[in-house]
Amino acid sequence: MNIRPIRFIAAAALFAPLLAFGQKNSCVECHSQLEDELKAPVAAVAADVHSEYGLSCAGCHGGNPSQDDVDLAKDKSFRGAPKRSQIPVFCGGCHADAAAMRTFNPALRTDQLSQYATSRHGQLLKSGDTKAAVCTDCHGVHGIQSARFPKSMTFPWNIPQTCGRCHSDKRYMEGYTIPTDQLDDYKASAHAAALFEKKDLSAPVCNDCHGNHGAYPPSVSSVASVCRQCHPSTGELFTKSPHKKAFDELGAGECEACHGNHKILTPSTAMIGTDDKAVCVQCHEKGSRGFEAAAELRREIDGFDGGFQAAAGLLSQAKQKGVEVSDAEFKLQDVNTILVTAKNMTHGLDTAELAKTVAEGEELLAGVRAAGEKALDEARFRRRGLAVTTALLALLAIALALKIRRMGRKGALPSR
Amino acid sequence: MANKIGQSVWAFLDERFMLSKLIAFGGKKTVPEHRHSFWYFFGGICLFLTGIQVATGAMLLLYYTPHIDAAHESVQFIMGGVKFGWLIRSVHSWTANLLIGLIFVHMFSTFFLKAYRKPRELTWVTGFLLLVVFMAFGFSGYLLPWNELSYFATRVGTDIAGSLPFIGKGLKTLILGGPDVSQATLSRFFWFHVALLPLAALALIGIHVLLVQTLGMSKPIGERGKKEIPFFPDFLYKDALGWTLILVVIGVLCVFLPWEVGPKADPMAPTPLGIKPEWYFTFMFTTLKILPAHILSFEGEKLAILGFMAGGLLWMLIPFLDRRTQREERSPLVTWIGLALAAYITVMTVLTYALPKL
Repeated sequence: MNIRPIRFIAAAALFAPLLAFGQKNSCVECHSQLEDELKAPVAAVAADVHSEYGLSCAGCHGGNPSQDDVDLAKDKSFRGAPKRSQIPVFCGGCHADAAAMRTFNPALRTDQLSQYATSRHGQLLKSGDTKAAVCTDCHGVHGIQSARFPKSMTFPWNIPQTCGRCHSDKRYMEGYTIPTDQLDDYKASAHAAALFEKKDLSAPVCNDCHGNHGAYPPSVSSVASVCRQCHPSTGELFTKSPHKKAFDELGAGECEACHGNHKILTPSTAMIGTDDKAVCVQCHEKGSRGFEAAAELRREIDGFDGGFQAAAGLLSQAKQKGVEVSDAEFKLQDVNTILVTAKNMTHGLDTAELAKTVAEGEELLAGVRAAGEKALDEARFRRRGLAVTTALLALLAIALALKIRRMGRKGALPSR
Repeated sequence: MANKIGQSVWAFLDERFMLSKLIAFGGKKTVPEHRHSFWYFFGGICLFLTGIQVATGAMLLLYYTPHIDAAHESVQFIMGGVKFGWLIRSVHSWTANLLIGLIFVHMFSTFFLKAYRKPRELTWVTGFLLLVVFMAFGFSGYLLPWNELSYFATRVGTDIAGSLPFIGKGLKTLILGGPDVSQATLSRFFWFHVALLPLAALALIGIHVLLVQTLGMSKPIGERGKKEIPFFPDFLYKDALGWTLILVVIGVLCVFLPWEVGPKADPMAPTPLGIKPEWYFTFMFTTLKILPAHILSFEGEKLAILGFMAGGLLWMLIPFLDRRTQREERSPLVTWIGLALAAYITVMTVLTYALPKL
């Protein structure tokens, strides 16, 4: 077997990086001597994700970086900096070309440009509005980083701020008919709490509901589908409920009508029922069937929740007193699961089904309560036992002290 | 008739165990009585607590399972499912901590009274070895409940042992039974805790007590008082008073602060913040934390560990190094060294808890 070609390939593979390292880049050489915005790309591009794949200035801007002369370097292939309106097509030159992308990252999607064309941003740009967001607004220009990198503008916990750079800027958004409080609202939401406080990267951010490259505000009919991506059981219950038909007829956005959109707070039982804080009274008048059903749902949940809290309090007291209650705590977790299920079931408005689930939970809860009371009895028993034992030991100590005192009076022996 | 049988049994036992001689020895045995006599009681209290450890440890063996899938659950069952199991385990754990604390008190009181001087050198040496054995008891017993804290503290502790020059890697593997804390480690620690260390402790306590009984209690240098009290029953009554009081303390601690089980160890979880060993190791742990990474051209951690080992060895050999006390002369330099050591241990231990982010 002739191994010479193999040797040649191996040698080439070994020395290729050295050759690349030694390659001339006149773009960097010149721009590093310039000032401000003409110099800035030199430093930024070093950390750019494209550099990781061996792409340098010429990869996007064209030209011949091996030439020292500016005119020769900016040859026919030189494209320079694209106009803002041309940026999507400029980036799409590679990113929409599946064959080109395969050589760098075969797993990366190549539909961003076509999606962008369907987005509100894309539509505005097409209509000549150059204020509309283009690729570089969300990804950066020369310091573009992978969305998996925590400092990237498109990493989950940076996305709200990335979108907010334009959408919460009142002056920039002047002339558009959308509000500018989305970022503040989002930051106050349960989703933001999950993302920023619990560091839960699966918590939804702007693009999870609106899409990313094809970003568009969801219509009334699609809001529910958006929420169902993460809350399928709630959606299923709602679909089966009488509310579905009523909401469709009213043209109300299903989830959004009660929970809001960007400022979705952690739901509480206070949302259900007939008092002022309840969302049910927004539509159901006193005396109506819906009003009565709302009161019934609240009663069921409140009763069960109250029992749960009381049992949790009992276990907490027993634990504070040093009694081992981990078995009961484990059962209480099961009860909590049922409580969460019951709260979710309110979306189905089926009071009979809800009562059945609550009854199942109450049965478990009775066991937890009994365990908690038994644990508190045990704590009391321990304290009584300690009191009795201490009293007996104290008596023994007094007796010993008296005996020692009497012996002391007799006097010690002289040393032998 | 009964009296006759009793006499025969006594005669039978006396002939074989020399009971009359032992009783005669006990009857004659006396203990010096002076202004520092109080410190004599700590030895007796340590022995009493050791007895409690043996008894409660034996009872815990009835329900404890030394397997990583069952150890934590078995301890939970002891604490919640076994009648008085919470009491037995809490007494075992609290007594272990009190015992090590009181061994330190006993050791330093013996040191400052210079009770180690001739002919009691070996009493001191066996006492020091007993402290080491009981600290090893603490280290091995800490892992047995297989909870989060003990798991990671064992990891940290064995990592320190592993950083020793030359023998570190081998020693760590020997202790752990592999590269990391695992079932092999739990089995080894259990074996150390219930087989090897009890045998070592039994032998050392036997020698220590025998020496105390045969050589008697030491009087401080320059103590001119000639008062003495009989060991049986006078000194024993005083000892019993100390035991009674310590029992009350243990009872209060167990009822109001029963020893926690903690969450089960999860080897895949990240090491929790602020992990630290049991309090009696913290003076060494904090020293390692505050030392610079390099001292001259040596690694700070390795240097410190070698320092602890050398210091421990010198401390054990102090009866042979302190020449002045051998001549019944005061040795202020040795006293100052002891004071500095006691202050160092106290300050470092307090710092561990007062400044956890140190």
